Amino acid sequence: MDGISLCVSRGEIFGIVGPNGAGKTTIMDCIVSMRKPDSGFITVLDLDPLRQRKALLKKVGIQQQESELPDRMKVWEAIDLFSCFYGNPADTSGILSRLGLSGKKESYFSALSGGQKKRLFVALSLVGDPEIVFLDELTSGLDPRSRRSMWDLVRALRDDGKTVFLSTHYMDEVEKLCDRVAIIDNGKIVAMDTPESLIRSHAFALSVVMGIPDSFNGKEIELIPGVVEAFREGGKTVARVRDSSAVIEIVKLLVDREIELGDFHTEKSTLEDVFLKLTGKEIND
Amino acid sequence: MLKRYFNLTRMEFVLYLREPSGFFFTLIFPLLLMMLFGSIWGNKPFPGGNFGYIDYAVPAFIGMVILTTGISGLTTSIAAYREKGILRRFKSAPISPLLVLTAELSSLFIITVLGMLLLLAAGVIVFGMRFFGSILEVLVAFVLSTLAISALGFIPASLAPTARSGMIISNVMYFPMLFLSGAALPREMLPSFLKSFSQILPLTHVIELLQGLWLGGHLWEYPVQILVLCGVTTAGFVIAAKYFRWE
Repeated sequence: MDGISLCVSRGEIFGIVGPNGAGKTTIMDCIVSMRKPDSGFITVLDLDPLRQRKALLKKVGIQQQESELPDRMKVWEAIDLFSCFYGNPADTSGILSRLGLSGKKESYFSALSGGQKKRLFVALSLVGDPEIVFLDELTSGLDPRSRRSMWDLVRALRDDGKTVFLSTHYMDEVEKLCDRVAIIDNGKIVAMDTPESLIRSHAFALSVVMGIPDSFNGKEIELIPGVVEAFREGGKTVARVRDSSAVIEIVKLLVDREIELGDFHTEKSTLEDVFLKLTGKEIND
Repeated sequence: MLKRYFNLTRMEFVLYLREPSGFFFTLIFPLLLMMLFGSIWGNKPFPGGNFGYIDYAVPAFIGMVILTTGISGLTTSIAAYREKGILRRFKSAPISPLLVLTAELSSLFIITVLGMLLLLAAGVIVFGMRFFGSILEVLVAFVLSTLAISALGFIPASLAPTARSGMIISNVMYFPMLFLSGAALPREMLPSFLKSFSQILPLTHVIELLQGLWLGGHLWEYPVQILVLCGVTTAGFVIAAKYFRWE
C-alpha cells in the first residue's frame, strides 16, 4: 500500500478495481478494522476502526473473499446465529429470498455450490441491517445470471439508502454498477472518478473496426480530424476516434475510394481501455 | 450478551453431534467398551469386596469421555476455526472471539455431561451399578477433572506452530492416556513399568480420584490427585493466556 487516500460518500456505490494482488482486500481489511495499517488515518461513520472496532462492526456488514463456516452448519442456522449478534437485525427471511437462498435453508454449508456460498456470505453481511456494506469480490465465481441479480441487489441496497463499498477485478462490473471507482494497481490509486469521466478523460470515445484490405493506406484515415490513431489488428483496420462525427468522415472516405468493406462496427471505449492506458497492461494478465 | 452466548453454545453443541466421528468417539465408543467388558466380567462383587467391575469401570469411562472432549474435541474445533477461516467470519461480526471460545468450551462440557449420563444409565439399567460416595464430591471432582483436561488440551493449541502439528501433538497426548491411565483398561492389568510411567499422565489422577470417590472415599483423602489436577489446570490456562492465538 502506498499513499492510498479516498473518501466515500453516504449512499453511493463505490468500487475499487484492479488486478488480483493489487491490494484491494488489504484496503478493505484496514477500513473494517480487520487489519492495522502501518501508518495513516481512517474514519468510518465517524468511528476509528482500531479504537472503536465493536461499535463500527455493529454498523457495517462485511462479505469477505476468503471465509468459511462449519461444514455442518445449515443455511438458516448461520443466518439466525449471526443475526442474534446485532441489536436491530434485519428480517432474515427477506434476506434469504432476496439472495435466492429460500430453497436452500435446510442445506448444510458444505453442500452449497461456490456461488451459493458466496450468496450466503452476502446474506450474512446484511443480517445486521448495516449502514455500509463491504463486498469483496462479490461476483467472482458466479455464473452470469447470478452476477446480474447480484448487481440488482447492490443497486437495491443503495436505493434503501445504504452505502456500498465493493472490490472487483471485473472492469465491466464497476462500469455498470458503481457511482464512483478507484483504479488500484500495485498498491496505489492510479485514478478515481465516475466511470464515465474516467473513460472520457483517459480513453477515446470509440474504436472503429473495419474489414478492409491491407492495401488501403491507413495513413489516410489518420488524417481525418477527430481520428487519434489508426492501425492494423487481426487482419482489420482499427481507428480510435474522439466522437461520432469522425466515424461519418471515415465512412465518406471509404465510399469515395470505393473500398470493399467486409466488417464495419464501432466499439465504445471501456474502463478496460482506461486501465490499459494508465498502467500499460491488461487487467487480467 | 446472554442470548448470544446461549445461541453460540447451542450451535456448537449441535455441530458436535452432527460430526459422526466426534459423536461416536465421545458418546458411543466408551459405552460400547463398557458394555463389552461388562458382559465379560459382569458386576459381581470382587472376592473380599463390596464392589464389582462396573462399579469400578463407570468412573474410568467417565474419565475417557473427559479425555476425548478435552483433548480431541477441543483441538479439532480450534483447528477448524483457525485453518478454515471460520473465525474470520466471526471476527467481522460485533462479537468477541473470547465469547466464541467460551461457548465452545461450554458445549464440550455439556457433551461430557451427556456422555457421563449415558454411562450412568447403562451402568444402572444393564448392570445394577452401585455407588458408595457422595454425589456432591463426585461432581466437584468431575468439574475439576474436566477443567484440567481441557486446560491440557489448550497446550498444543497454544504452543504448536501450525494447526496440523497441534493435531499431531494432541494425538500423542490422547492415545497413551486412553490406554495407560486406566480409562479403557484397568491399570492393574498393566506391567509394573507402565504402571509407574502412567503416574505422569494427568488422566491417571482423574481416574484415581473419580474411582476413589465413587467407592466411598472423600476429597481430602486424595490430596496428590487434586494438587496435580489444579497444577495442570493452572499451567494450561497460563500457557493459553500467554501463547494462544486465534490466527
